[in-house]
Formats: sequence, C-alpha cells, structure tokens
Amino acid sequence: MMSRLRTGGYHAAMTMVSLLWLGPIIWVVVLSTRTFDDIAANGVGSLPHSFTLDTYRQAWTDGGQLQALINSLLVTVPAVLLSLGLGAMGAFALSRYRIPGRRTILLLMLAGNLLPPQIVLIPVSKFSELTGLYDTLWALIAVQVGFGLGFYTFVLHGFMRDLPNEIQEAATIDGAGVGQIFTRVILPLTRPALAALGALSFTWIFNDLLWAITVVRTEATMPVTPALLGLQGQFVSSWSVIAAGTVIAAVPTVAVFLAFQRHFISGLAIGAVK
Amino acid sequence: MTAVSSTNSTARRRRSFRPSPLLLTFVLVPFVVESIWVFWPAIQGVFFSFTRWDGLSAPAPVGFDNYVELAGDPVFRGALGNTVLWLLLFGGLSVIGGFGMALALQRERRGVGIYRAALFLPVVFSLVVTALVWRVFYQPDGLVDQVLTAVGLEHLIRPWLADPETAFYAVIIPSLWRQIGYIMVLYLAGLKAVDPAVHEAAKVDGANSWQRLWHVTVPQLKGVNAVILSVIVIDSLRSFDIVWSLTRGGPYHSSELLSTYMYSAAFQSLRLGYGSAIAVVIFLLALVVIIGYLVRAFREES
Repeated sequence: MMSRLRTGGYHAAMTMVSLLWLGPIIWVVVLSTRTFDDIAANGVGSLPHSFTLDTYRQAWTDGGQLQALINSLLVTVPAVLLSLGLGAMGAFALSRYRIPGRRTILLLMLAGNLLPPQIVLIPVSKFSELTGLYDTLWALIAVQVGFGLGFYTFVLHGFMRDLPNEIQEAATIDGAGVGQIFTRVILPLTRPALAALGALSFTWIFNDLLWAITVVRTEATMPVTPALLGLQGQFVSSWSVIAAGTVIAAVPTVAVFLAFQRHFISGLAIGAVK
Repeated sequence: MTAVSSTNSTARRRRSFRPSPLLLTFVLVPFVVESIWVFWPAIQGVFFSFTRWDGLSAPAPVGFDNYVELAGDPVFRGALGNTVLWLLLFGGLSVIGGFGMALALQRERRGVGIYRAALFLPVVFSLVVTALVWRVFYQPDGLVDQVLTAVGLEHLIRPWLADPETAFYAVIIPSLWRQIGYIMVLYLAGLKAVDPAVHEAAKVDGANSWQRLWHVTVPQLKGVNAVILSVIVIDSLRSFDIVWSLTRGGPYHSSELLSTYMYSAAFQSLRLGYGSAIAVVIFLLALVVIIGYLVRAFREES
C-alpha cells in the first residue's frame, strides 16, 4: 500500500514536471492555429476559440519561411558532411599513424573549438568580405566547418584510437593502402560515432544564430533561425503567425532528434563518462 | 630472439616514420581549414583590439586605449557583472535542476522514458525558437499574466521583458528551461557509470539514502562534474542567441552580457577595435577553463 502510494506520488510529480516542460510547446502549437481576430478579441493567453492553418501559409510564403528553410538545409547538410568527412580524415591519420607532433596538433584543434566565437567574429566577417564570400551561404558553410572541426576530430580520434590494431594489420598484409584502410576498414567501424556526431552537428548548425547574422545580411540568404527574428518584425502583433513560424523552424531538428534518438543522446554523453 | 628483433624493428619504425603524402593531406586539410577560419582570425582579433577601426578605413593603432576605455565604461562593467551573475544563476540552477532530475529519472521504470524525453525535447530547439516560445508567454495578457491573475497576484504584473528590473531574469528562465534537460542527460550518463556494488556495500553498512548519495554517488561523479563545469562556463560566456532574441541586451543594458555588448559595439556602433577588446576579455575569462579542459584531455590521451 505504502509503496503504491509512493509510486503514485512519484508519477504525479513527474507528470507535473513534464507538463511544465511540454506545456510551453503545446501552448505555442495551439496558438499557431488561432485566427488573428480570435487573438485580438480574447488575448494571447486565452484558450482557442478558432482554428485555422492559414497562419502556416502566411509564415511559409509571405513570411519567407520556405526560402529560409531551404537556405538552412543548403548550409546544414553540406556543413555536416564536410565537418564529419574532414574530421574523420584528420582523426584517422592522427589516431592510426605516428604522425610527428600528432598530440599537439590534436589539442591545438580542440583548443580552437573551445575558443569563444566572439574573438573571431570581426576578423571572420572581414575575411569573408575580402574573399567575396560575405552574404553568401558559402561563408556560413565554411565558418561552421572551420569552427566545429576541432571538436569532431577530437571525438572521432578518441573513437578510432580504441579500434583494435589487428584489423588494420590484416588489411595492410592484404596489400591495402592508407586510403583503402580509411574508407574500407576504419570508416565503417566508426559509423556509430559518425551517426551520433551527425545528429548533434545537424542541430547545432541548423540552430545557429550568431554566425548567420555575422556573415549573412540579405533576407533572401538568411537561414531559418535569423529569419524567425525577422518574421517577428514583419508580423509584429500577429502572434499566431509568429507561432506558426516558430513551429516550422523547430520541426527539422525535432525530426532529426526523433529519428536518431539513441545516437543523439549517446553523442551528448560522449564527453560525460570520460 | 624473435621478440628482440620485433621490438628493434618497431623502435626503428617509430623513429623513422615518414607519413605518406596522402596521410599528410589527411592531417593538413582539416588543420588548414581550421587555421583559416579560427586560428588566424583569433590572432587578428587580438591585434584589432589595439586599434581604432570603423571597418571602412584602415585600422589605426592606439595601444591600450580600448582597454583603458573599457575600465571606465559603466556599460561594460554592467555587462561583466551580468555575465558573472548569469554564470552563477544559469550554471548553478541548471546543475541543481539537471542533477535532481537525473536522480529522479535514473532508475528504469515505467514512464521514465517519457519523462526524460519531455525534459530533453527543448534541448533540440534553437535558442531563437525557445526565445519566441517564451516571448509569447511574457506578452501582456499572456499566460504568465493570466496565471498571476488567477492566483490573485495581479499587482505583480509588469512588462517582463521591457522592465529593467525583470528583463535579465525573464531571459534566464527560458535558457534554464532548455539547459536542464541537457545537464540531466550528462548526469544520467555519469550515474550509469557509478558502481552499484559500492552502493550495496554502503547499504549493508547501514548508510541511509542521503549518505549514500553524498558519500558514494557524488564522489564517483568527479569526471562528469569537471566536464559539466567546463561546459557551463564556456556556454555562459558564449550565451548570446537567447539574449539577442529576447531583449538585445536592453532595456537600458539591464540584460546586457559581454557577448551581446561585444556584438553591438562591433556591428551596430561599428567600433571594431573596441568590440575586439571586449572579445579579448571574454577570451581571457574562458582561457582558465579551456586550459583546464585541455589538460584533462591531454591526460586521457597519454
């Protein structure tokens, strides 16, 4: 009896906490389906008296969310692939071969990732102006890759270093070169780490605001995160349209999280157990 | 005999290992990319902090002028104080909340998966999404005001984000909402690694659950705590998106952090030298933690 009470209390408390966390999300989803008149008449905080999906159309086309979403994917997908590809190359060479000074290189790269981005913001924006990349998605891809590389290389290095040596030796005896060992032997074994980092870096890059507003200026080039701030200016008191835009901007990362849930959590936990 | 010759040959290989061109490319390409976009700009950033520069004409060297000006700039001092307060509140409360939730949700039982997912969901949102979700809440007549009215505290109602007294805290709450799930996941991973045998032994010796938590679990979380501490300090110094989306550091700089002040000094007031000096201060504050983190990483490598 006592234990059943305790279990009940536990679940009641946890349900409360979960609702506290989910409540705001549910609230915004509900708000996004209310009409302008409903909100004008009953206020933002009231329960819905209407239902419409026109808010999504407004955010999607009038608010430019479609273009922004395309821009975001045009940045995020190549940036994730390049980061992981380059990170895996570096990690492979540094972990499987006795490159002179390899430990220093690795730590220098990790140190670069730990820097506060503020210290490089001004030079990066000037450099992208100088190279003609300013206000293009190329600049954003490049800076995302450059800034994230140190971390990806470090994590993949830790993973690749722990792979057994025998596999590589067997492949060497079979006459495989460095390139083949990388693509045929080591990369396939690194897949779990790549998946974890892939899911993580997708959300990081997709969600970024600071780099985007530093190297991109034109609205037509803006990814979805800064575009959402613009939407807020465009639809000043149309809270339901802003809410719809917010939902649109959140869907891709939620989808990636749901699809790669396991990898995602293990990726976050990589650093913690060490 | 064979053993001796094989150690000899590895020793020789170690000394004379010459990486093939392909291997060198593997190392150099990522390193050069990072050098172009991180190392070189960071050096330039330090250099610019000793100049006066509007971004159009050439930067003019001014020595330590920017730093001298910083020392007497009340907005900078306010931002520095806010950053420290942010670090303490945002860091401290997310550790307490995250650790508490990890303890509550560590045992696999029915429903735990759902609770964990609920707490974790905001972590995948961008800070701008988080900001907009909460902005709706803080609106006049929004949910916060409605709740206060419902419990008879309507005299407390104010424009949460526009009042210098409350803006800073109104920004911290959404960031905590998003951060607690993240810290919880880190602690859950750490708790999984805690040796259950020691727990059992302590239980047999008559330690109550509070003693077991304090003397058995917590000491074994040293590694996780170190990681979380660095994550929090680095994250706090970087915090920008949420403040920028909610208040831009205002009103009257009341929610200004070093990161937002740096951004507006550089890209809105176009004082690139001054902005660089603020960035250097942020860098110096982060340096202690970065070095600590690297020392740990270095030790694990060897």
